Amino acid sequence: MLRTFPKGGIHPPENKLTSSKPIKRLPLPKVVYVPISQHIGIPAEIIVDRKDKVEIGQVIAKSGGFVSSNIHAPVAGTVTKLDKIVDTRGYKKQCIVIRTDAKNESNLEEIEYPLRKEIELEPEEILQRISDYGIVGLGGATFPSHVKLQIKEGKKLDCLIINGVECEPYLTADHRLMLEHSEEILVGIRILMHALHVDRAIIGIENNKRDAIDLFKKLTTNESGIQIAALKVKYPQGGEKQLVRALLKREVPKNGLPLDVGVVVHNVGTVYAIYQAVQHNRPLLERVVTVTGKKLDQPSNFWVKIGTPISDLIDAVGGVPENTRKIVSGGPMMGMALKNMDVPVTKGTSGILVISEDEASRGAPKNCIRCGECVDVCPMGLEPHLLMNLSEKGMYEKASQEDILTCIECGSCSYVCPSHRPLLDYIRFGKSIVKQLETKSA
Amino acid sequence: MSGQPFIVSASPHVHSERTSEKLMYDVVIALIPVFLVSLYVFGINAFIATAAAVVSCILFEYLIQRYILKSSVTIGDGSALITGILLAFNLPAGIPIWMIVIGSLVAIGVAKLSFGGLGYNIFNPALVGRVFLLVSFPVEMTLWPTAVENNTTLVDAVTGATTLGLIKEGVQFGQTMSEISAQLPSAMDMFYGITAGSIGEMSALALLVGGVFLIVRKVISWHIPVTVLVTIAIMTGIFWLIDPEQYASPLIHVLSGGAILGAFFMATDLVTSPVTKKGMVVFAIGIGVITVVIRLWGAYPEGISFAILIMNAFVPLINSYFKPRRFGSKIKAKII
Repeated sequence: MLRTFPKGGIHPPENKLTSSKPIKRLPLPKVVYVPISQHIGIPAEIIVDRKDKVEIGQVIAKSGGFVSSNIHAPVAGTVTKLDKIVDTRGYKKQCIVIRTDAKNESNLEEIEYPLRKEIELEPEEILQRISDYGIVGLGGATFPSHVKLQIKEGKKLDCLIINGVECEPYLTADHRLMLEHSEEILVGIRILMHALHVDRAIIGIENNKRDAIDLFKKLTTNESGIQIAALKVKYPQGGEKQLVRALLKREVPKNGLPLDVGVVVHNVGTVYAIYQAVQHNRPLLERVVTVTGKKLDQPSNFWVKIGTPISDLIDAVGGVPENTRKIVSGGPMMGMALKNMDVPVTKGTSGILVISEDEASRGAPKNCIRCGECVDVCPMGLEPHLLMNLSEKGMYEKASQEDILTCIECGSCSYVCPSHRPLLDYIRFGKSIVKQLETKSA
Repeated sequence: MSGQPFIVSASPHVHSERTSEKLMYDVVIALIPVFLVSLYVFGINAFIATAAAVVSCILFEYLIQRYILKSSVTIGDGSALITGILLAFNLPAGIPIWMIVIGSLVAIGVAKLSFGGLGYNIFNPALVGRVFLLVSFPVEMTLWPTAVENNTTLVDAVTGATTLGLIKEGVQFGQTMSEISAQLPSAMDMFYGITAGSIGEMSALALLVGGVFLIVRKVISWHIPVTVLVTIAIMTGIFWLIDPEQYASPLIHVLSGGAILGAFFMATDLVTSPVTKKGMVVFAIGIGVITVVIRLWGAYPEGISFAILIMNAFVPLINSYFKPRRFGSKIKAKII
C-alpha cells in the first residue's frame, strides 16, 4: 500500500508532458529583471546604483531582516535601471534591471562541479552560508530557508522530510532535478541532517515518478538514515501538512508548523541549491523551470537565470501557439495567471504553463446543489460551500469560527464543483478580510 | 503581444469534467431500467403518466420562471426532468392525467421555485407533489392496477391492494401473518417486479441496477440507501422475531412499499440530503425508523415518503451538527 494523507484530495489528469525531457540551459538573457522581493518576508535592500558594473553572484540587494533574503546578480553586466515591474503575483515590485555583458566570460561558463561528498562546515557555518547565499524554499512558497533551520529552544526535532512530491499537474522541474542530480541532492540532505542534528530523513516522492524512486533507492541501499517513500498520486500531497501526515501519520496542529510535530520539510530543489551553496560557494542564481502546455511545439525543462523575462522562455519552446488565452506562472492548480510575458522568472517560479482557448475560460457558475463534493475533497476538513456563502454575505466572524484561515488555497473545491462555483475566489476574499479584522482587533 | 489579451483569473486553472447537468443525466440513465419494467408491467399507462409528469414539470418551471419570477430559465439543467420522472414513478399507473398535472405544479411551483429554485429547496419536490396528491385524492392514489397481465387500457385494469396494504388490512381485521401471506406475492415476484404498486416501485432488481450505477458513477454514495434499508430491515426484523404472526418479515418490508425506490432515488437527492457522510448516516437512520413506525403503527401502509420529507426538514440541523473533522484539531467536530 502506498502512503498518502487520509482526508480529501483529488487526482486531476497529470499531463506531465516533459518528464522525459532532460533539463537544457536557456540561452543567456540579454536583460534580467531582478525583483528585490522574491521571498516571503521583508524585501531586500538595494545596494547597487544605476550604471554600476556587477559581477555574477555579487550581492545586489541585502537581506532586510531576519525573515528576508539576499539577492545576487544572476549575470555579470551593468545595472541600467532601478524600476518597478509587475511580478508573477500581479503586484508592482521594485526590481533591479541588469544588461548582460555578453563578452564577460563568467556569463558563458557552464561550470560542472565535481561531486563533493565531504561536509566540512559546522552547523552554524552551514546556516550562515544558506542565509548569505539567498536560499529560499524553491517549491513555491519561497520562505527563507535559514529561518526554517533555526530551531528554537525547547522544540524537539527528529525527522527531516524532503519534498519530492511535485503533485501539481504538468510540472516536472523537481522530477528532472531528482533524476539528473540525485547524488548532489543526497549530499544536500546530509548537510541539512548535520545542520539540524537529526539522524533521520525521508524523501517523499509520488508514485508517478517511479524512475526517481528507484534511483534514490539504489543510491541509498548502503546509507543509513535516509529513507525513500513512494506516495500515492494525490493532489495536494506536496502541501507540507499533507506530506507530514502521509509520511509520519503526524498531524500538524491548527495554525501550527511542522516543527510542532518534530519535523522540518524542504523541497528537493531547495536541497540542491543548499548543496551548491555549501559545497561549491554558489549563490542561488538559477533554477529549473518547466515550460509546458498541450499546444506547445517543444515543451521543455530549462535551467533559467533568475530575472529572465518569461517571453525568453516561451521563445525557446517555439513561441506562443495560436489561440493561447492564458499564461500561468506555476502549475494549473495554484499558479498565477499572467497579464503579459514581461514578467521575470523569480526564485519561486517552478513552471510556465500555456493554456489555449478551449481550456482557458471557466464555466458559468450555477446554484449550489449541495452535493458535498467540495467537503469531501477538502484536505483541511473545511466546508468550502459554507465558507463561500459566509464570505459572500459578509459574515466574517462566523467564517473565522468555521476556520476559514486554515484554508491552504489548494483549489480542490473549485476543481470539483459541478456547478462551477468560484469557491476558492470567495474564500480567498473572506480570508483577507478576516485577517484584516483580526490584526485590527489584536 | 498580438491578438486578444490573456485571461487573468485566480487559480485553479483546470476543472474536472463533471458538471451538475452530467450528474442529473446520470440519474435519468439510472432510471431507465425501472422505466422499462414499468412499461412491461403497466404498458402504455406507465408511459402516459411519466410523459405527463415530465412535460408538466418542465412546462411549469418554464412558465413560472419566465412569466412570474422573470428570472433566467433553467429547464436545461435536467432537474425538472428528474422531478417529473420521480413524481410519476411514485404514482399508481391509472391515475387521471389532470391529477398528475396538479402534482407537478405543487412539486415545481411550491416545493422548488417558491424556495428559490434548484439548490434552495428544503423538501424533495417530487415527494411533496406525491404526498399532496395522496392526502388530496386518497382513493385515486391507492387504486393500484395489478400486474397480472399487460393492461393497455384503463377500463380493463384490475385493481388490487399493495403488499403492505394487504398486510395492514389483514392485521386490522385480526388475521395472522400466516393467513395473510397466502394472498401476498412471493418475495421473488416482488424482487423481479410482479406485484401491485406505483409505477416505479415494481422491480427491486431494476431499482438496484440503477442504484448501483449511481454509486459506481459517484453521483450518490452508498451511505444513505444502505443505511435506510438496513435500518428498516433491523427494526422490522426485531418485531418479526418477537411476533411473526403479527408482523411481516423484514424481507417483505425491504422489497415493498417503495423502500428501495425511496432509499436509492428519493432520499439521496443531493439538495435535500446532508453534506457529510456522518450526517447522511444519521439522516438515513431517521428515515428508516420513521418509515417503520408509520408502517407498523400509522394510518398509512407505506411510509417512506413521509419519512423522507420529515427528515428533509432536519437536514440544515444535521449539517451544522455533523461537520467534517478539521485538520489539526484535537477535539472532534465542534458543535455550535
